[in-house]
Amino acid sequence: MERLRLWIQALWFFLSNGYWAFPVSGTLYQGPLKVLCSPGLNCYSCPAATTFCPVGSLQQLLLGVRLSLQNGQAYVGSYVVGCMGLLGTVFGRLICGWACPFGLVQDLLHRIPSPKVPIPKGLAWGKHLVLLFLVVLLPLTVLDDFGLGLPWFCKFLCPAGTLEAGLPMLLLMPDLRPAAGILYLYKLSVLALVLLWSVASFRPFCRTLCPLGAFYGLFNRVSLIRLKFDADNCTKCGACRRICPVDIRVDRSPNSGECIRCLRCCTEACQFDALAVEIAGHVWQARPVPPEQPVR
Amino acid sequence: MTSAPTTMRTKKRTFVPRRTPLVLLLVFLLLLLAGIAVNEPARVLEQARSVCLPCIGIG
Repeated sequence: MERLRLWIQALWFFLSNGYWAFPVSGTLYQGPLKVLCSPGLNCYSCPAATTFCPVGSLQQLLLGVRLSLQNGQAYVGSYVVGCMGLLGTVFGRLICGWACPFGLVQDLLHRIPSPKVPIPKGLAWGKHLVLLFLVVLLPLTVLDDFGLGLPWFCKFLCPAGTLEAGLPMLLLMPDLRPAAGILYLYKLSVLALVLLWSVASFRPFCRTLCPLGAFYGLFNRVSLIRLKFDADNCTKCGACRRICPVDIRVDRSPNSGECIRCLRCCTEACQFDALAVEIAGHVWQARPVPPEQPVR
Repeated sequence: MTSAPTTMRTKKRTFVPRRTPLVLLLVFLLLLLAGIAVNEPARVLEQARSVCLPCIGIG
């Protein structure tokens, strides 16, 4: 299942970043697909990006909301929030585990052999604060003389933007290089820290700082795709807890907002049918084959 | 990382539709349609077609 997940992540990576003519055209993808919402965190300023980043677009709409209302245009972010909400209601954080390009980067880095460090549970609140303050409140309320705000998350935190857009755009557009100053160096440092942390810990950005993960996490309990725990079948062997890469007590809260739905607890750990995937009310079970029952 | 081989099967259980996701789907679909009604996708497209300089650490 982990191999399948890796392939699907790679497929989404290339679907979200499928414009490979950019070295020739020297520009971003300009086509109509960019009206579609990227399910995962994927900077739309990446020259290969084919869809818009929901977090980036939401901030851009919120920071200019006063001006657009003054001009009689009700661009308040309802299209973007609608897209995000539909994705969250259907998939929850399954998107984080299976379709996020920056999640794939972190997963690959975590495969590098090194001492592994757990992430303190309290840091999980960070991503909710990032969503509330950097994505919503600060762009709405801190305005310049022209009544415009800033995309706080993109400007001061987002490592995906630096990796997917900042580095390639400076390579692609030499004219931009002189403009890269302290902010650029700061963002490179943030990116380097997140990438190094990803080697030592599993998905540190997703678990502590990602506002999109925080948003999708709100839907994990109610999404159409979620985990189903059967307490009658549970032997409390603890296999699900031990295998969980994000350190969730799966037997206590199988639909925790922290779960990225890697499904390893269902497909590699539980031998007793206590865990299954529920898809719109239908239960699907992928049970590991015990050693004495090889697959034919 | 090696993963254990798995068998995949669907258990036949009583289908119980849940109301919450359906309500949420409806709410967010209405939001999306409201956005389309005010031509917000055109604004999103306009933004997504240009380089966001602050996003890449410039400006």
